[in-house]
Amino acid sequence: MISGLPPGLILIAGAVAIPFVGPTIRKGLVLALPVLTLALIWGTGIDAGTVWSAPFMGYAVSPVRYAPTGMLFATVFSIMAFGGALFALRSARPSEMAAAFLYAGSAIGVVFAGDLITLFVFWEIMAIGSTMVVWNGSSDAARRAGLRYALIHFFGGIVLMIGLIGHIEATGSITFDVMQADAWPRWLILAGFLINAGAWPLSSWIPDAYPEASPAGMVFLSAFTTKTAVFVLLVGFPGTQALIYVGLFMIFYGIIYALLENDMRRILAYSIVNQVGFMVVGIGIGTEMALNGAAAHAFAHIIYKGLLLMSAGSVLYMTGKRKCSDLGGLFQSMPITATCGIIGALAISAFPLTSGFISKSMINQSAADQHMMVVWLLLTAASAGVFLHAGIKFPWFVFFQKDSGLRPPDPPWNMRAAMIFFAALCLLIGVFPQPLYALLPAPVAFVPYTGAHVVGQLQLLLFSGLAFFLLLPLMKRTLTVSLDVDWLYRRAAPAVIAWIARDLRELSDGVLGGTRAQVGSIIDSMAHYHGPAGLLARTLPTGRTVFWVLVILAAFLVFNFS
Amino acid sequence: MIAQFPALQVVIPLLGAPLCIILRRGALPWLIALLVSWAALAMAATLLSQVADGEIISYALGGWLAPLGIEYRIDTLNAFMLLLVAGTSSAVLPFAYKSVAKEIPQDRHYLFYSGFLLMLTGLLGMAITGDAFNVFVFIEISSLSSYAMIAMGRDRRALSAAFTYLVMGTVGATFFLIGVGLIYAVTGTLNMADLAERLPPLYQSRTVLAAFAFISVGILLKLALFPLHLWLPNAYTYAPSVVTAFLAATATKVAIYLLLRFGYTVFGAEFVFNIVPASEVLLTLALAGVIIASFVAIFQSDVKRLLAYSSVAQIGYIILGISYANVTGLTASIVHIFNHAVTKGALFLVMGCVAYAAGACRLESFAGLGKRMPLTMAAFVIAGLSLIGVPLTAGFISKWYLVLGAMEKGWWPVAAVILATSLLAAVYVWRVVEIAYFRDAPADAPPLSDPPLALLVPTWVLTGACVYFGIETSLSLGFAEQAAIQLMGGG
Repeated sequence: MISGLPPGLILIAGAVAIPFVGPTIRKGLVLALPVLTLALIWGTGIDAGTVWSAPFMGYAVSPVRYAPTGMLFATVFSIMAFGGALFALRSARPSEMAAAFLYAGSAIGVVFAGDLITLFVFWEIMAIGSTMVVWNGSSDAARRAGLRYALIHFFGGIVLMIGLIGHIEATGSITFDVMQADAWPRWLILAGFLINAGAWPLSSWIPDAYPEASPAGMVFLSAFTTKTAVFVLLVGFPGTQALIYVGLFMIFYGIIYALLENDMRRILAYSIVNQVGFMVVGIGIGTEMALNGAAAHAFAHIIYKGLLLMSAGSVLYMTGKRKCSDLGGLFQSMPITATCGIIGALAISAFPLTSGFISKSMINQSAADQHMMVVWLLLTAASAGVFLHAGIKFPWFVFFQKDSGLRPPDPPWNMRAAMIFFAALCLLIGVFPQPLYALLPAPVAFVPYTGAHVVGQLQLLLFSGLAFFLLLPLMKRTLTVSLDVDWLYRRAAPAVIAWIARDLRELSDGVLGGTRAQVGSIIDSMAHYHGPAGLLARTLPTGRTVFWVLVILAAFLVFNFS
Repeated sequence: MIAQFPALQVVIPLLGAPLCIILRRGALPWLIALLVSWAALAMAATLLSQVADGEIISYALGGWLAPLGIEYRIDTLNAFMLLLVAGTSSAVLPFAYKSVAKEIPQDRHYLFYSGFLLMLTGLLGMAITGDAFNVFVFIEISSLSSYAMIAMGRDRRALSAAFTYLVMGTVGATFFLIGVGLIYAVTGTLNMADLAERLPPLYQSRTVLAAFAFISVGILLKLALFPLHLWLPNAYTYAPSVVTAFLAATATKVAIYLLLRFGYTVFGAEFVFNIVPASEVLLTLALAGVIIASFVAIFQSDVKRLLAYSSVAQIGYIILGISYANVTGLTASIVHIFNHAVTKGALFLVMGCVAYAAGACRLESFAGLGKRMPLTMAAFVIAGLSLIGVPLTAGFISKWYLVLGAMEKGWWPVAAVILATSLLAAVYVWRVVEIAYFRDAPADAPPLSDPPLALLVPTWVLTGACVYFGIETSLSLGFAEQAAIQLMGGG
């Protein structure tokens, strides 16, 4: 019986229990439940197929479907829930921990869904859970960001639901399987999935909402929503060409905005968009190796991004500061945090011997194998860009650079333990990729450690590293004046950029301000008619109400006799 | 004994009412009402299980056979409505004990419970009878008692609300009676099954067309379809908490049942949708109601009133499903009658809890309630999610079928409106949640805590039902579908 239990329910049940148990039991519970989930995923001996189906809403839904891709994602989600819980063990309030477990559990529910209805159910619960995580940032900014986040996901849910019902109505089937984006219901489903993946133009919710969560909250948030979206795209829309362009756009959007950003956790939030872009491109290419690459990259990404956010979260937790310009020199007093942060940064840059290298190279290689020259070139250029914005920029400005004078110690033991655990995973996967490759949906013939791959990647990283330090003044926006040829790039270029940026800002402010005023006046006039004393809501004299009855009666009579 | 259940279903509550007046001491009237209601629930459940396989029970009252005598005719839809009405009263009456004690002077308690039983009698009677004139009698029983119940509200404005409702309700009932009179004049019968056979040859008759107009407007007034809803917000806002919960869950729903019964059984789908443009009229009014009432709800400053306008919007959804004129739409409407009754019942009981503890349901008095009344507000959040239609709550089931029905018709803009207006529901539920959880109570606020278990348990029973019927759908959806097929099949 236990073997048919939906694995996600363990964490969801935990979420219900967490607010009602004492602190000691809670700590045991949050660490034990993800392990239990992992045991249920792998310990039952089931490796493929629908375990059972049940009647729901007049359909036969199958809440538990074992399939390699789903099991891969569920595995990394469980690891993430464990690591996140360990990191959050002492700092998170019960409500935050409960929200995070509801969120993680429903994400696991999505990847085990055998049909579209189960998928949608867990999809929506996931939106609720993640919104609650954002709100537990418990600042006014978190409240507002959480509301915007909720509205976008509610909207995404509507798009997805119309698409799903249209699809089910047209085909009569609720099975969740490969779909072709060939008619509007499928287009809407694809759009609904992409909204959760953070695709442009609705990608701003990631850097908007995630950094407002608590240090531990953002660790959870980074893992689940976008990666379940990657999962459903992987299963539902492999080889959809549009995804290549969407993904490329996300990649460069993420890089450019991350380079312009000063808040360390917002840098990492933009980098989520960028990394998910790589996966989306892989799904769009759609060959076996590309899909393997996307899945492996999702696995690796969840862990190193979690690690980076734990590192950033530790800094925020110990210093209370989040801006790069306020930080620096922290490696002296926070050696463990710095080391783990650097390992995460190397992994996200796909440095050989880290997890990022063995996963991302599969996507790049598959583009080359398909002779997609432009895509391959852009992906390669973007790899350099990743190293710039996340690989060097984050650790350099936070842990090195100028000395900010801050001397916080490393964070409490549980945070250190979580970071060391994840750092070790990054390295282990990088050095011994075979266990991860064995989990991938298709057999892997790819060998990451060939001379050409390693040398090529090292050259790329080396040169972009060089570029970073050469352009460091630009990166810092230093204002030294020296009239020389370098003025062109030290002064004129930033000035031109600033000038353009200001114009852009004015433009956007103007448009936004205009819209805001418009919206304001619309709301005012709505309140005028709909408010308690408005035309549509005030208490009318009895005679007037009877008048309306007569109007309707007359209308009925006229219609009936015409 | 079981064979007499159709009659006992109505007679027992009817006899319970005077009994409450005779045995008026202490808690006795409450106990009588509770036992009567539970007995009615048991009988309704038995009747539903008897018709579950599609059978139709015909019961000749007093041994006088139809069409001369009054026939009680029970198919799936009737039994489903009986279960809904008796189930709601059985869930709110345990709540009533403490709530009524707080809101209504001790010396009127026996009148309250007596009136409550009359209201129950009227609603059960409307749902069970197969005789058009008998329907009018029960409308009057339930309406007159509900005017009195609303007028018992603490606020003085309850009186004027009850008066408006009285005028409107009487107009509605009179229209209905005029319509019934007209069809009696041309057919010579009042029995619904008999009417269904005699009306088709008369479809082009002006009398029948006029009769249909009067009956529809009369019923639409009782079920508060926009713009005939004007009596509803004040009535719900100022009535005692228990009365609001019971009326919101049942009174308008039974009126919707009448619309279905007269539309599909008496006049026939052919007449309603092909000869008379009922589909277009209902669609227009329903959409207008859904959109406008949702916006009005957003701007309300009294939470009970906010929920009242939300009810007007939800009635719009139900009528919308009817306007599709297909089985899926009809199923959606019937299942939403049930799911919305459960949801709104739970929400208005939460209002009862807040009124019990804080004395008022103004929006600002919710500040800090998330911390101070955690169990009450948790119930509000869950029932609120059901109102929005989040998966795993009852509201989601209705929303799914409403959209599915619209898609079957190819009316995808309607589907978009349904989902977009659920966003409006999210906004008005959010306004309450935001104040309850994110705004601190003023420093001088008196200490508050969750109300006693006598109030919390019934509230949570209905809240739990919101989730239960969102997961286990064979009862609600199964019977709704069967009823829809029976209605469409001309049964």
